[in-house]
Amino acid sequence: MTNSIPEIENHDVIFVIGSNTTETHPIIGLKMKKAVKRGAELIVADPRKIDLVRFSTLWLQHRPGTDVALLNSIMHVILKKDLIDKKFIDSRTEGFESFKESLSEYTPEQGERITGVPKETIIKAALLYGNAVRPGIYYTMGITQHSHGTENVYSIANLALMTGNLGRECTGVNPLRGQNNVQGATDMGCVPDFYPGYQKVNIPGIKEKFEMAWLPWGASLSSNTGLTATEMSGAAMNGSIKAMYIMGENPVLSDPDMKHTINALKKLDFLIVQDIFLTETAELADVILPAACFAEKDGTFTNTERRVQRVRKAVEPPGEAKEDSYIIIELAKRLGYEMKYNVIEDVLQEARKLWPALAGIDYGRISKAGLQWPCPTLDHPGTPYLFKGGFPRGKASFTKVEYRPSEELPDAKYPFLLSTGRQLFQYHTGSMTRKIDAINKVSPFAYIEINPEDADRLGIDDGDLINVSSRRGSVKIKVMISERPLKGTVFIPFHFKEAPANILTSRKLDPISKIPELKVCAVKIEPIKLK
Amino acid sequence: MVTLKIDGRKVTVRKLSTILDAARKLDIPIPTLCHHPELSPYGGCRLCLVEIEGIAKPAASCTTFAKEGMIVNTSSPYLEKLRRTNLELILSDHPNECMLCERSGDCKLQELAYFYGLRENRFKGEIRVYSKKDNNPFVTRDMEKCILCGQCVRICDEIQGVGAIDFAYRGLNTRVSPPFEKDLNCEFCGQCVAVCPTGALTGKMWAHKGRQNFKEVETICPYCGCGCNITLYVRRNEIIRISSNEETINEGWLCAKGRFGYGFVNSPERLTKPLIRIAPKENSIFNVKQTNPPLPPFTKVGRGGINNAALFKEVTWEEAFQYVSKRLKEIKENYGPDAIGGLASARCTNEENYLFQKFMRVVIGTNNVDHCARY
Ligand code: SF4
Ligand code: SF4
Ligand code: SF4
Ligand code: FES
Repeated sequence: MTNSIPEIENHDVIFVIGSNTTETHPIIGLKMKKAVKRGAELIVADPRKIDLVRFSTLWLQHRPGTDVALLNSIMHVILKKDLIDKKFIDSRTEGFESFKESLSEYTPEQGERITGVPKETIIKAALLYGNAVRPGIYYTMGITQHSHGTENVYSIANLALMTGNLGRECTGVNPLRGQNNVQGATDMGCVPDFYPGYQKVNIPGIKEKFEMAWLPWGASLSSNTGLTATEMSGAAMNGSIKAMYIMGENPVLSDPDMKHTINALKKLDFLIVQDIFLTETAELADVILPAACFAEKDGTFTNTERRVQRVRKAVEPPGEAKEDSYIIIELAKRLGYEMKYNVIEDVLQEARKLWPALAGIDYGRISKAGLQWPCPTLDHPGTPYLFKGGFPRGKASFTKVEYRPSEELPDAKYPFLLSTGRQLFQYHTGSMTRKIDAINKVSPFAYIEINPEDADRLGIDDGDLINVSSRRGSVKIKVMISERPLKGTVFIPFHFKEAPANILTSRKLDPISKIPELKVCAVKIEPIKLK
Repeated sequence: MVTLKIDGRKVTVRKLSTILDAARKLDIPIPTLCHHPELSPYGGCRLCLVEIEGIAKPAASCTTFAKEGMIVNTSSPYLEKLRRTNLELILSDHPNECMLCERSGDCKLQELAYFYGLRENRFKGEIRVYSKKDNNPFVTRDMEKCILCGQCVRICDEIQGVGAIDFAYRGLNTRVSPPFEKDLNCEFCGQCVAVCPTGALTGKMWAHKGRQNFKEVETICPYCGCGCNITLYVRRNEIIRISSNEETINEGWLCAKGRFGYGFVNSPERLTKPLIRIAPKENSIFNVKQTNPPLPPFTKVGRGGINNAALFKEVTWEEAFQYVSKRLKEIKENYGPDAIGGLASARCTNEENYLFQKFMRVVIGTNNVDHCARY
């Protein structure tokens, strides 16, 4: 997020696109509701009639995967009505003139044709956002999990830049990070191309800096580009990856195209899974290492607004389960590398030394309340919103983005468009929430949301068991007739292993971010005939 | 801004502040049962009465706006008598059940009765009987203990935006209820439970887990990226309840997962010992087909631990570490470090993730490290 959670209630316009906020980020959803109560106008762009729609001034029900066309036509109107921020464009951005041209064909009429949103609504949304004083844009996987996810994100950036709506309090662009510490895992360098702190592994000087810190006796770090998670399963399949070490993840259920994932993991010579439960992924392991959960260890999590917060040990882990840090340190020792830390805070101390944005944060300072990075010195108050004084790389550039359809659209054979996602009560692959009786009572089984008209046409009823198939596989699942999905589209939450949505999904990747296209794939639906 | 005088002390507050807000600013205690700073004023319990100079009758401080030059008195024998009477009326149909009540020791009503020394009741009257039991899995609704303060109704409507409950019926029959007295069926955020001043609303999973001798541990919710601050109540190495206080970024609000989703910690299905696969694996590493048991359907995991002893055997940590390091060494020697990949976790701490990527980059020697940011 470029803004912070407490700023949400002071927006005057909130534009939520591709985020079912009240279910995936319930407390941020509450803040949005509070803002609406205080007079903010809420624009929701989502193919599903999500709960947030009840609180909205405008709902743009665009077809899944048409976000670029929607955003471009909104920008077309903003440009035409001259609601752009010329001063901001001149002083802080570049490439506007040529970008401007690229919008010309995205008239509201064209927008309506591609997205299905009435042109009047597109114009209204443009006027609302374009005239706003403190608007915030919010998005999650509904924007990124597409084969053109990066282009979607560029489009959002273009919209904020052309209206100068970035780098002020209560004004900005806010991707909401899904899991509790997905921000922190990225910050800490658990991505192939960055060392901790977004320091690129292939920029000269940076590798040397980390070599000095980690290998002071003169050995060197790898200069090869690493693989992303999605690429790793491909590499396991073709045999170039032989072993994997998986800590606290369950790719069998969370990754697209489950059969592929299973086959890839099965092909490995050696698989280590370190987790708190015997997950579906752990069942494929050669070694399973029992880990401690959040309540059994000390450390920090970083939330979606970059706030580093203190996690505290409350109970002892069960049996012989151990903290992940202990396991990693012991393994390193046996492989000939000493990781010397007296207490877990020493690890954060080391990260602080290597990443200036974190230098001002230690356990003492965050004992009561967390601090938001960048926080470069011990007397720095943290940074609630980003880009106040300018952009790190000088001027921000506009990126021309053309609409291109999703990779796998419905056709005669697979006539429905499937999106996957989360629901309120379960979490991710359910390895935690599905162990809780009360939660299982309100959310006992997998379901597929289907529009009443489609259900009528197929002659299926609420609660019926149906077969859903894609080119990759099929699952049996219960029907939930609901006004939420658009006609012709269906939705399955991916938490349930009995009917794993990811048997159906496709591995088409966004070429830049390597995000799989989990929000769009083609499926067919067949009622199961009772014998 | 307006300036007024409370109990002889001057205070300046913003326009549209109530007398109660002003008194709280001066840290003057006024008893309340239906007031909540984030909710619309209600004025139902009449405990927050104060005297205002020039106004004949005492006024509810939670609904009366502070005015310039006002002179307010928050305590006098007369006010205390009124408050005491009002409290007695509230208690007149309250079951005397503190002994068994989950909120005993943490109940505003009990605390006020204690301060006012109330045990016997002059108005002892008909006790409301609600035989209806609500079978929802999260919230125990013990409506006999409800004092109709309306905080749950307001929070559900004004903060949560759900409106799952409302007042029903009139007079002595008034009660808070979901539509048609059905079982509660809502988002189960537990916001109503958090604000209820009595034992009328409690967490179902709190029952008989203990009301004393627990420690409170401040930490962060393990689920989504909001990063809500939570307080764990721990008794005998078990989390028995979760709450959140109002001074947090989440203002004390949580969702069903954060508030009620802690049972997994103590699940009998937790892994407790290192396991090594014993099911035979093909010798040839190039054999595609038969490596692991077929999936899905997945191996059954039963209560009380895993019952797939046919697949794995329990080993000591020492054995596990030796086995893992031996295999990793071999693979690194035979195929190079880039034949090994690591997936870290968006659910682990910063420190653990830092160590994990350091392990992959330094100890293994590869940049093949990622986590599930993309799903
Ligand atoms: S649990 Fe939440 S949604 Fe349900 S009644 Fe209480 S406040 Fe309303
Ligand atoms: S249930 Fe609790 S919060 Fe709701 S009206 Fe009764 S006493 Fe007040
Ligand atoms: S309580 Fe709910 S909203 Fe808050 S961090 Fe946990 S899962 Fe997210
Ligand atoms: S707190 Fe003022 S009437 Fe209840």
